[in-house]
Amino acid sequence: MLSLIVFLPLAAALALLALPRLGDTAVRWAWVAVAAADLALVVAAWLRYETPTPGRLAFEEQAEWIPGVNSSYHLGVDGLSLPLIAMTAVIFLACAIFALRETDRPRLQAALFLFLQSVSMGLFVAADLILFFVFFDLSIVGMYFVIAGWGHGNAARSAMKFFLYTFLGSLALLVGFIGLYIAADPHTFDMVELAEQTPLAGSSLAGGLVLAAILVGLAVKTPTVPFHTWLPPAHTDAPAIGSAVLAGVLLKMGAYGFVRIAMPMLPEAWRDWAWVIVVVGIVSVVYGALVALAQTNFKRMVAYTSVNHMGYIVLAVGAAGLVADDTAQARSIAVTGAVTQMVSHGLITGALFLLAGVLQDRAATYDMDSYGGLAGPAPRFAAFFAVGAFASLGLPGLSGFIAEFQIFTGSIAAAPVTAIALVGILLTAALFLRALQRIFTGETRCRSVGFTDLRAAEVWSVGPLLVLSLLIGVFPRPLLAVIEPAAEVAVELVGR
Amino acid sequence: MAMRPLLLLPEIVLFLGGLAVLVSGSFLPRTRQWVTRAIAAVALVAAAILAAVDLPSPAQPAMEGTFTVDTATGVARIVAALGTLIVLALASDEVAGSPRESETYALFLFSTTGTLVLAGADDLLVVVVGFLLASIPLYGLIGIARTPRGAEAAMKTYLLGALFGILLLLGVTLLYGVSATTSYADLTGRLAEAPQGVVAAGVVAVLGGLMFKAGGIPGHFWVPDAAEGAGGAVAAFLTTVPKIGAMVAAYRLIAMLPDTLAWPLLVAVLAVASMTLGNLAAYWQTDPRRLLGWSTVSQVGYLLVPVAVAGRSDLALPSLLLYLAGYTVTNLAAFAVTTAFPDRRDLDSYRGMGRARPWLGASLVVALLGLVGTPPTVVFAGKLTTTAAAWDGGLAWLAVLVFVNTVISLFYYLRWIASVYGRGEPPARTLPEGAFVPRAWSATAAVVTSALSLVLGIGAGVLWSVFSI
Repeated sequence: MLSLIVFLPLAAALALLALPRLGDTAVRWAWVAVAAADLALVVAAWLRYETPTPGRLAFEEQAEWIPGVNSSYHLGVDGLSLPLIAMTAVIFLACAIFALRETDRPRLQAALFLFLQSVSMGLFVAADLILFFVFFDLSIVGMYFVIAGWGHGNAARSAMKFFLYTFLGSLALLVGFIGLYIAADPHTFDMVELAEQTPLAGSSLAGGLVLAAILVGLAVKTPTVPFHTWLPPAHTDAPAIGSAVLAGVLLKMGAYGFVRIAMPMLPEAWRDWAWVIVVVGIVSVVYGALVALAQTNFKRMVAYTSVNHMGYIVLAVGAAGLVADDTAQARSIAVTGAVTQMVSHGLITGALFLLAGVLQDRAATYDMDSYGGLAGPAPRFAAFFAVGAFASLGLPGLSGFIAEFQIFTGSIAAAPVTAIALVGILLTAALFLRALQRIFTGETRCRSVGFTDLRAAEVWSVGPLLVLSLLIGVFPRPLLAVIEPAAEVAVELVGR
Repeated sequence: MAMRPLLLLPEIVLFLGGLAVLVSGSFLPRTRQWVTRAIAAVALVAAAILAAVDLPSPAQPAMEGTFTVDTATGVARIVAALGTLIVLALASDEVAGSPRESETYALFLFSTTGTLVLAGADDLLVVVVGFLLASIPLYGLIGIARTPRGAEAAMKTYLLGALFGILLLLGVTLLYGVSATTSYADLTGRLAEAPQGVVAAGVVAVLGGLMFKAGGIPGHFWVPDAAEGAGGAVAAFLTTVPKIGAMVAAYRLIAMLPDTLAWPLLVAVLAVASMTLGNLAAYWQTDPRRLLGWSTVSQVGYLLVPVAVAGRSDLALPSLLLYLAGYTVTNLAAFAVTTAFPDRRDLDSYRGMGRARPWLGASLVVALLGLVGTPPTVVFAGKLTTTAAAWDGGLAWLAVLVFVNTVISLFYYLRWIASVYGRGEPPARTLPEGAFVPRAWSATAAVVTSALSLVLGIGAGVLWSVFSI
């Protein structure tokens, strides 16, 4: 089941490359069909999903891979990863639909995104550190080609910066993984076994160093302050669907690593360094929001709000490490909020970046001051944009609220000082309202004149993302029912 | 102890194959020299098959204990023979119909034989023999194109080779002087009781000789010049095949030494120096072959990592062999792309190649990212296991430095990739010809080897189980 979900897009990508006679239109629709099929498979898996016993995974698959170093092809899902693979499938389908109008090498683009989809799915279901790393690195390679090949502006330079920066992070991660492997007895890369063993428990120096390597690797990818500087240029110069995947899916890989790898495998070191993580989270939240407030380029602004939103996740997982007897429930709420935020941020930011792509497509600029009164010529665009902006700033009734509410409930109960981060919410509200005002209100002027409203493909790609955000906001129960047991397990593991 | 010459059958086949190529080449007309190529290919395939048949059997001494046929020898034989076979394919484009076609093939075979002698040597004198047999054909190969740069490179290689050859002999003399033996089997015990200063000097000298062969610090000076000045196939050969024998020989040497001096530290320092210098020097190279030449210097550094923990970690030998096999395939893939476009000697002249020749572009990306150690290529598996071996052997800092260097190296490999996929046309000054018309054999070799690098990476588990018999 999971292997099929992971490798279906890759097989389709190879088929597209192997069939050069297929016309461009057929290629674009084939991409949509494959992405839809993959989503259907994920939905089927979700319907059959039953919460596994703590410490185990559902739909497990295991085969020997490199037995010499005890690394196996091991897949499985639990409440932490299942929502993420669903979100990934949704985002990639939205991108496939959005790209129905693409004219620049559609075959290669479809193949590349299908490849990226396989890689992203694989990362979230990997239960072996080396397998995880393989997918982690390949996601960087794939995204490099997306930015360099289909980007605009200074794409080559941004792509290079992105590659160098995140590759550095991935190697730090690999160093950490090898450290875990060597410390484990018997040596293994298997995530389930490592979480059981907690290697390095009792040696705070080695544990701290290995955790530091892993944290740096994940923090670059997430990204948190001070490792975020690759993000704004990468987003600004990436194509719309590239940005949507980068922000929606790739950033989650870092955040997911915190809850999947760092917390359960290095609980002692995580507790020792929890305060540092909390502080990094708070700084990311506030700094990201402040810098976003200063932007005039819409896409850069959304990129910085990503730093802010990912900061909430870091804050929550950090707070989960501040172990005290009476806060177990609160910490579990924080972790649930963190995972919900990953899903929510993926949907909302994906939608916002696709909308930014519409700006670029119609008027070739992201500069907010070049627009004005856009609501007149483009009412649908304005409506979608407003929903996306309100979702992103955490308006109740939308998914962002559910996520951030839980994060703050849990974190403030565990450590009241985290309330500082509430400033972030205030700032994001201000900056999104200001953006709405700048672009949509007033007299129709400059680039807004003659702006074509959303086309069908754009409506059908952005719309479902926003509808899902709304659904999660109104009926969060089905999602939370999956996440909560896993979050409780994670909190229990980190408390060992 | 017996001679048991049949154990050396692969080496014998290669050497006789070389002689047959040489003799038949001088009787065949210029237009039918391809027959010699076929003979060489048959000899290489036969050697590889013979080695593969021998592979599962336990270690056996040959030539009265001066030569060992074990897993390491077997793997080196297979990898070197198949590597040279790929080089032959590259040479088909380049030297077919040239005046020295059969001589080139013969020298390839002789040098490969020398490499294999080095790989199996269990005696210092056999190391010397292997060194000379591997080196002397190489001097000829580098100069055989008769270009000014080729001549300069041949001269440089020859002088350095002579210097390091003498150093190697000096080292052997010193070690023999304090131990009265050259056989590894006896050296371990006797060197432990010998004066440590002399032992240190002797081992450093021997290791220096091997580093010349491998192209690592301190014997690396000839590598970039030779890679740039020699013909494409020769450049691919000299940056790949000799390393196989030299690294296995270095492993055997370090594993044999008694635990009296800090050998792991010495090798680790050499490793770090090689990888760092190679990477930094490669940074602003504009000739792709010279860039690859420096990159191979850095690769020797990575290859030395498991050598540093020889005998201290169970992972060391299998990981070295895995890295060697992976490196051979991947490096040949990168060189194959340069021999597919022999006139494009500037990174900028590759601009637009990715669109014009998507398969070759993809091959180059796989090869270059493979050299970086990106999964799922086989070098990634090699890098992972070698660093795990280093950490396991107590050199965690070395593992960290390997990854720091990997990041450093990423930049120059990416420069080439960026130019392959860059927009616009190549600048006029670098443009030898308009369209990208690859040479057939090289293009096929590039696609095959880069695909192999992916397949072996995914199937690394199978390789590992073979290598750790």
